[in-house]
Amino acid sequence: MSAVLDSKIPTGPLSQKWEKHKFESKLINPANRRKYEIIVVGSGLAGASAAASLGEMGYKVKCFCYQDSPRRAHSIAAQGGINAAKNYQNDGDSVQRLFYDTIKGGDFRSREANVYRLAEVSAAIIDQCVAQGVPFAREYGGLLANRSFGGAQVSRTFYARGQTGQQLLLGAYSALNRQIAEKTVEMFPRTEMLDVVLVDGHAKGIVVRDMVTGAITSHAADAVLLCTGGYGNVFYLSTNAKGCNVTASWRAYKRGALMANPCYTQIHPTCIPVAGDFQSKLTLMSESLRNDGRVWVPKKKGDNRKPHEIPDAERDYYLERKYPSFGNLAPRDISSRSAKEACDDGRGVGPGGLGVYLDFADAIKRLSEPTVRERYGNLFDMYHQITGENAYQQPMRIYPAVHYTMGGLWVDYDLMSNIPGLFVLGEANFSDHGANRLGASALMQGLADGYFVLPYTIGNYLAPQIGKRPTTDREEFKRTEADVRARTNRLLSIKGKRTVDHFHRELGRIMWDYCGMARSEKSLQRALAQIPPLREEFWKNVNVPGEGEALNVSLEKAGRVADFLEFGELLCLDAFERRESCGGHFREEFQYPDGEAKRDDTNFQHVAAWGFNGEGEKPTRNVEPLVFEEVHPSVRSYK
Amino acid sequence: MNLHLKVWRQKDAKSPGQLVPIEARNIPEDASFLEMLDIVNDDLTVKGEEPIAFDHDCREGICGTCSLSINGLPHGPSETTTCQLYMRKFKDGETIHVEPFRAKTFPVVRDLIVDRSAFDRIQQAGGFITARAGSAQDANCLPVPKVAADAAMEAAACIGCGACVAACPNASAMLFVGAKVSHLALLPQGQAERTSRALKMVRTMDEEGFGNCSNYLECEAVCPADIPASVIARLNREYTVASCKDAVC
Repeated sequence: MSAVLDSKIPTGPLSQKWEKHKFESKLINPANRRKYEIIVVGSGLAGASAAASLGEMGYKVKCFCYQDSPRRAHSIAAQGGINAAKNYQNDGDSVQRLFYDTIKGGDFRSREANVYRLAEVSAAIIDQCVAQGVPFAREYGGLLANRSFGGAQVSRTFYARGQTGQQLLLGAYSALNRQIAEKTVEMFPRTEMLDVVLVDGHAKGIVVRDMVTGAITSHAADAVLLCTGGYGNVFYLSTNAKGCNVTASWRAYKRGALMANPCYTQIHPTCIPVAGDFQSKLTLMSESLRNDGRVWVPKKKGDNRKPHEIPDAERDYYLERKYPSFGNLAPRDISSRSAKEACDDGRGVGPGGLGVYLDFADAIKRLSEPTVRERYGNLFDMYHQITGENAYQQPMRIYPAVHYTMGGLWVDYDLMSNIPGLFVLGEANFSDHGANRLGASALMQGLADGYFVLPYTIGNYLAPQIGKRPTTDREEFKRTEADVRARTNRLLSIKGKRTVDHFHRELGRIMWDYCGMARSEKSLQRALAQIPPLREEFWKNVNVPGEGEALNVSLEKAGRVADFLEFGELLCLDAFERRESCGGHFREEFQYPDGEAKRDDTNFQHVAAWGFNGEGEKPTRNVEPLVFEEVHPSVRSYK
Repeated sequence: MNLHLKVWRQKDAKSPGQLVPIEARNIPEDASFLEMLDIVNDDLTVKGEEPIAFDHDCREGICGTCSLSINGLPHGPSETTTCQLYMRKFKDGETIHVEPFRAKTFPVVRDLIVDRSAFDRIQQAGGFITARAGSAQDANCLPVPKVAADAAMEAAACIGCGACVAACPNASAMLFVGAKVSHLALLPQGQAERTSRALKMVRTMDEEGFGNCSNYLECEAVCPADIPASVIARLNREYTVASCKDAVC
């Protein structure tokens, strides 16, 4: 039965909801907090900040990550910056404007109250990070510097060279370290969550595998927080780290949590193009490059001349042409699609015609090479190492790549999923970015959830739960552990002929070709027809060498790919059922004559949250209507 | 291109390890070093052998997970990290030695994977500024001169990979510790805990068994994040001043 979901948005005017909700939320008295144990899975911006904040408040926290150290979570790779409505540049920014830009950027498919709250707490994030010693870029006067980013006409992005994610994560990591030293947080690195344990319908623990010894054990808690990032690696090639996976979210889904809007995937416009079949991942070139770089392709099809041999008049600066007011800073989904159009039109550059130029010649003329080097030096170096080309002398070649996933587990205003006690933070949840995320907003959301939202809202669930934490002796734990062991043994026993990576690559090809930058009913039908046989073959013919009771990289990968093979199908199904174009979800059947995305607010102004009905059964598509009290959804224009 | 690899294989922390010859065939020049290992691992798996275990994650030079000594050099001939090393730097038919980062404080876990948790314990001892969530003042209330902010950023760029330790004949972690102590000591926010931080981090570094600096500067040469050796000088100064204060108070 499909249900209409209640997001529990507080009543009252939009700008007062959060204040009111904080006041009405239940408090846990300091002496009682140490009686609660909370599990945090993941140690990126959301996980580290939540674990540190909860530990600091006096809760007993256990934090798990698959990396060898919490400092290595993939938040570290974010380059460009973090948005905040500080209006330090006196250019007309405000909470209201950041809120509006974000909700418009998301193509009016996000939850108004959540987005407003995000904009509201954004300023406190910058204060918090500066207090921790995050070395943001500064002006000569000592004040914080800002830059502009795609989808905004104000300068509200704070940055630390091209390593903003690294510095913010190391800030959160340092806060986490302080709590580890205080013994309020116990850290479990190289430990992978393989299932969530439900007791009387509440999330009360997890089952994990020690990735060094292979031991499978259970941990009980009063609440479980999933801060496990996005699912971009379902496409095999993405800008995600190799280890990023959907397993924690997917295990929760199979225990009853709803998966919302999985078809909202973000393809980032500025990545280094694919070089060959051996390619294992794609590297992002920060969007900040579009502040000074100009994107173009030759006007003529199949123009093989070297870029400097093509005169200005024969170049098509297509973003400047199509979107004069935002130009090269058009939002990501629009820029990516425009690049695809140019390449589909036969005007792409580089091997296979799958690339466009990002040219700095004008910027170097205007600003001098040393200034460009100061702003983007590390990115130019990285580009040089990977491609062997010097971008000071010739334009970069870029192409879109899967980067971020807006969809994720469904959560209410308190960030709690439909399973009581199971909270979802950061990229793993779905709530704030709608159908497209603006640049420099992912870091903002991860830290907002962990530092400033969850610590306040978790009390509402925990207060009546005092003393209800089960022990791992309960049958529910034993049963879930047995499930995990059976699955591990099954993977190890197949000993087929193909490697795990073979299946992952094949899945990635299906996803990218049929459910990538553009989707259609036909292409999605093809994907939905091809994924189940591939999954079947995986379970018959995958070869996972080695044993379970040891460090086994193939086994780790196999478990993750097995989940991607199920999840990919749901993603395509969601894309199939959403018969409209919005943000990163572009259905070829639904576009305006000029190629812009055509939303259908009458039929699809809602969140689609999928519920698991058992293996082989069609999942249920539940709906949360999106109600806009403040903004009026309009055609998103960046012209 | 084809290459002759000599790869360190070791079952677990307790078993002895050895260099094992493995052939790498049909490797494209544009592949990264880790992609070369991916190809080798695919071949091994198809042959029914266990693939080579190595640490890696972001593959874009920032997470600090990858940790290979290539021909005896941490991160090999890469300008930054192992993952940013491309096969065009090697010649067809070359023999390449691939080992884990070597240091007593980084015990081998399996094959090319080492345990660098000692680094986390040093950070836990004092690599932070106490700032309770939600209690910070407005960020621009505390101007930081650009020169200080830039110098702090230069030190804060450390990715915690441990190449400095692996390259040092003393297995010293002073570049790593110096980077964090410098980053926080250079900022006005870091002053309150400046003395205790230097003392605690250095003491933990010693307890973990890392050696001290005797100015070989191999660490600076291999550092993928370009952390300058001057952070070691600053660490010495911070530690000396802190020790004096500690003795007097």
